[in-house]
Amino acid sequence: MTLDIAKLVPSLDSRILLKVEGLRKYYRATANRFRRNRGLIHAVDGIDFEVAKDESLGLVGESGCGKTTTGKLLVRLIDPTAGRILLNPGQQQPTDIATLKGKPLKAFRRKVQIIFQDPYESMNPRRTIFDTVAEPLKVQKMGGTLEHLDRVSHMLELVGLTPPSTFLFRYPHELSGGQRQRVAIARALIVEPAFVVADEPTSMLDVSIRTGVMRLMEELAARLGIGYLYITHDLAVARYVCDRIAVMYLGKIVEVGETEELLQRPKHPYTQALLSAVPVPDPTFTRPPVRIKGGVSVPVDPPDQCRFYSRCPLADDFCRDNPHPPLEDKGAGQLAACYKA
Amino acid sequence: MAVSDSPPTAPRSLWAVRAALAARSFKQSWSMFRGTRIGIIGLAIILFYLLLAAAHPILMNTVWDEKIYDPVVGYAFDETRQPAPPSWSHPLGTDPLGRDVLSQLMYSARSEFMLGLLAALITVSIGTTVGAVAAYFGGVVDTVLMRLADIMIMLPGISVLIVLSALIGVEHFELALIIGILSGFGGTGVVLKSQALSVVVKPYIEAARAAGGGPVHIIFVHIVPNLLPLSFLYMMFTVTGAIFSEAVLSFLGLLNVRMSWGLMIHTTESAGYLLQVGEYWWLIFPASLSITLLCSSFYLVGRSLDEVVNPRLRRS
Repeated sequence: MTLDIAKLVPSLDSRILLKVEGLRKYYRATANRFRRNRGLIHAVDGIDFEVAKDESLGLVGESGCGKTTTGKLLVRLIDPTAGRILLNPGQQQPTDIATLKGKPLKAFRRKVQIIFQDPYESMNPRRTIFDTVAEPLKVQKMGGTLEHLDRVSHMLELVGLTPPSTFLFRYPHELSGGQRQRVAIARALIVEPAFVVADEPTSMLDVSIRTGVMRLMEELAARLGIGYLYITHDLAVARYVCDRIAVMYLGKIVEVGETEELLQRPKHPYTQALLSAVPVPDPTFTRPPVRIKGGVSVPVDPPDQCRFYSRCPLADDFCRDNPHPPLEDKGAGQLAACYKA
Repeated sequence: MAVSDSPPTAPRSLWAVRAALAARSFKQSWSMFRGTRIGIIGLAIILFYLLLAAAHPILMNTVWDEKIYDPVVGYAFDETRQPAPPSWSHPLGTDPLGRDVLSQLMYSARSEFMLGLLAALITVSIGTTVGAVAAYFGGVVDTVLMRLADIMIMLPGISVLIVLSALIGVEHFELALIIGILSGFGGTGVVLKSQALSVVVKPYIEAARAAGGGPVHIIFVHIVPNLLPLSFLYMMFTVTGAIFSEAVLSFLGLLNVRMSWGLMIHTTESAGYLLQVGEYWWLIFPASLSITLLCSSFYLVGRSLDEVVNPRLRRS
């Protein structure tokens, strides 16, 4: 079951930058010579979504739900098991990222970039900031060293590392966490990508500099017309940065909607539970009892029913006997995958 | 920072900046190295032997008469009895064939260095590449390379060298090549692979792939530079191993070389003086002491480099 948003909102069609259809990634659980076929882990299990130009879509969910796998699939750091990833689907000949190889894959890497979570590990400690930021230009053979120098200086200025000449030939260990994450952003944006996957870019930073980095990313997105997939587990961050939010649970997207709408009126019981776990800065606040039971299970060969069935407070026999519910419009363009909502 | 405020524009200044950065990191490592003391002792011994090696051709061309002092075909006509004890004209005496021991010692030093460094260079180039490639590709490539490493480790080094020298007539270059291959595809490769495994999982490798970098780019720009400190360390240990193997082989008379420290002891042994160390000490001590000192000096430098590259071994 695939739901075509373009049909519902035709005006979106030409503005759509990236379209994901039935994306799947399965991993084999403990495969070795003596124990074959211990089942498949459904890390990402048939997800569909779209990102418009200069829109940022938040992907939220708990650890292990497949957020990062999705992000890495979109930049082809891992190969999908099945599904299509279309860049510029409105155009005559959209590129299907999922099956690219060789030269076209290398060319595609100019259009899509990724920002990693850990600014301390995402830079080679033996290379200077200039080398790190210029690396995509160099491997893509875009211009000579002098041009690289100009572009890197310009980009460092853009991400707020001024004056660039004081940063160009420093090593990562000489910079603070916030500065490094700005360098990581500069490296991702230097090839002028159309789409950037940001994998929890602020989760390792001090709270005091988070907003600075988030604001920078928003500003650059508006200025350079970049679409973001913003992966996070922090709903407050998602609310600050994202135009729309997609909630993931065990490899499935269970709810998608406009940020405020989704946060104010969550339709899916999982989203409701997730929101009820957000800390409230009020000592007199008493938390309503959590209605879901159990913990996140591992999606090894999951049964053909709603992924949330075993924990859902609303589940009944219909949920047990039918396959995982499709994403359906529950009003105001908000989609949820639930029979009961 | 040696960077001016105006952005550098000329390529020359870019290279100047890189040179300044390299000089700075060298200075830091050097000050750490100096703090280890054993490294300085090792370096002093190495320098002493380097001087000996460099002085030999100069002495041969100036003060030493070629007929008397040539390390291989010379004969000490000025002595009545061979081997002659140390004297003013022959500071370390002469050997049973009437050749000057000091001249032999100095002449051999150069080839010992060449052998050691060549073997080390080959070992480390092979070992680093094997380690990086096995760790990066994994799977079948890794399995093949590591099983090959098992075979190399399993082979008894000296015995293999004995067989090979009997078969093909081994000289210094061949010896360096054999040692380099045995150790590079063997132990050194395995150690460097284990280090490379901790590098390939770093996000900067993924970032390089996301930028479009191929395997060659990632292996030689990201993995190998992060292995270099360890490779350099193993280079030092290989020098020791190579010099020692050479000594053993030439003592057994299995090496096809003109002169070496091992050959000097071999000459002593075949002339029957080996068990009279007390009386004919100058026939054995200079050569054997040199082997011991040079081997341990490279080992000491290696140990001290280990402290430089491995922060856990550093004394505060």
